[in-house]
Amino acid sequence: MHVAIYLPLVIPLLAAVSARTLADRLPPAAATWLLTVSALALALASSAVLGLLALSALIRLPVVDAVGHLSRSAVAHDDAVSVPVAIAAGALLVAAATAAGKAGWRRVRSIVRAHRHASGLPGAGEVVVTEDVDADAYTVPGWPCRIVITQGMLRALSAGEQGVLLAHERTHARNSHYLFTALARLAAAANPLLRPVAAEVGYAIERWADERAAAEAGDRTLAARAIAHAALASAAAPPERVTAVTALGLIAQESGKPGPVPRRVAALLAPPPGLSLLLLVAAIALVAVSGASVVEAARNLHQLIELAQGQPV
Amino acid sequence: MRDGAGQTDDEATAPARRGAGELEAAVLEVLQHGGAPLSPGEVRERIGGDLAYTTVVTILSRLHAKGVLDRRKSGRAYYYLPVADEPGLAARRMARVLDEGQDREAVLARFVSALSESDEELLRKMLADGEGG
Repeated sequence: MHVAIYLPLVIPLLAAVSARTLADRLPPAAATWLLTVSALALALASSAVLGLLALSALIRLPVVDAVGHLSRSAVAHDDAVSVPVAIAAGALLVAAATAAGKAGWRRVRSIVRAHRHASGLPGAGEVVVTEDVDADAYTVPGWPCRIVITQGMLRALSAGEQGVLLAHERTHARNSHYLFTALARLAAAANPLLRPVAAEVGYAIERWADERAAAEAGDRTLAARAIAHAALASAAAPPERVTAVTALGLIAQESGKPGPVPRRVAALLAPPPGLSLLLLVAAIALVAVSGASVVEAARNLHQLIELAQGQPV
Repeated sequence: MRDGAGQTDDEATAPARRGAGELEAAVLEVLQHGGAPLSPGEVRERIGGDLAYTTVVTILSRLHAKGVLDRRKSGRAYYYLPVADEPGLAARRMARVLDEGQDREAVLARFVSALSESDEELLRKMLADGEGG
């Protein structure tokens, strides 16, 4: 097998470092689709490569040789994958499958629970306004999705800003945005190198909803102000909402660049991003290379097995 | 049943594979769809699985302490129900319980995420700049 077989294991690293640029430079709906589909494809490709590497060790086992009528000398001679590498690959594959299975199961349960929560919310309308004084607003996935807004949040915003908030949450609800984050995180569970990509999918859906709300309001500055005011009002809420998870997120943020909210505001204050074909093509090419090397590696392994079986290649 | 006293023994009796937040959410779900006040025994039946009776009692009294559940005494047992909805108060508290699950951000799409201190400063500056210009 060639060095090319390792490409799908390296390409997720490239995806991880370029995800932020893609989320910033592409129109958010395109960025969301591109990042989600790429994350899934790259996770599949890297898992497939691990599987092929492990298989190449498996066919060296005497038992497998006997069952498959393989020529041991042909197998040993032709295969460049060392046994330790193959064993490591097999172990990684098992770990990846287990992690993805667990994460997927947990996510399905959370979504089911959220669906029930959505149907249990008071009233029949899409929007539920609670009398809570803390500023908060969110969409609960369900059939249909429900939008919960607190009085505290409504009070913190002007009428125009409230319109932006509603349009933003409706965009999440109408486009089933929770599915994008769920799939991206599934990919990241299978291949942790893809975690930054999943994080950028989370950011890109917020940008998608922001841009849509700004377009409906016909005023990007108003949309930016709505987000800034809502975030400052939420930050004034009692600290009990800061769970361990958000606290960790905050610590991570303190050390580096601005967090997602200032990033979203800054993006709205700048002109909307146009579709950069160059970026799009580059990203798709990366994924395609990954897929092609899996196919090539699978073909090589197949040829090797046929060779070892003494059949014409 | 004292609320504070139940904490530690609950950690011991709750099955390790389910977090405390998850169990609370499951109990709330049962009561929300129950239609009538339920006793701990009834809640335990409807949840299914292998929960200990004492665990259910602890979760119920903890939720009661958090103000999410109301309870009525009938005979020797307490019957629990979600608090009467001053529009959506219980809804919000349920969301807070959902929050405690790990998949929070991915399931609930919040309008704005938490701010760090430097984020807060940056936002105030952005707003001030907008007003000046």
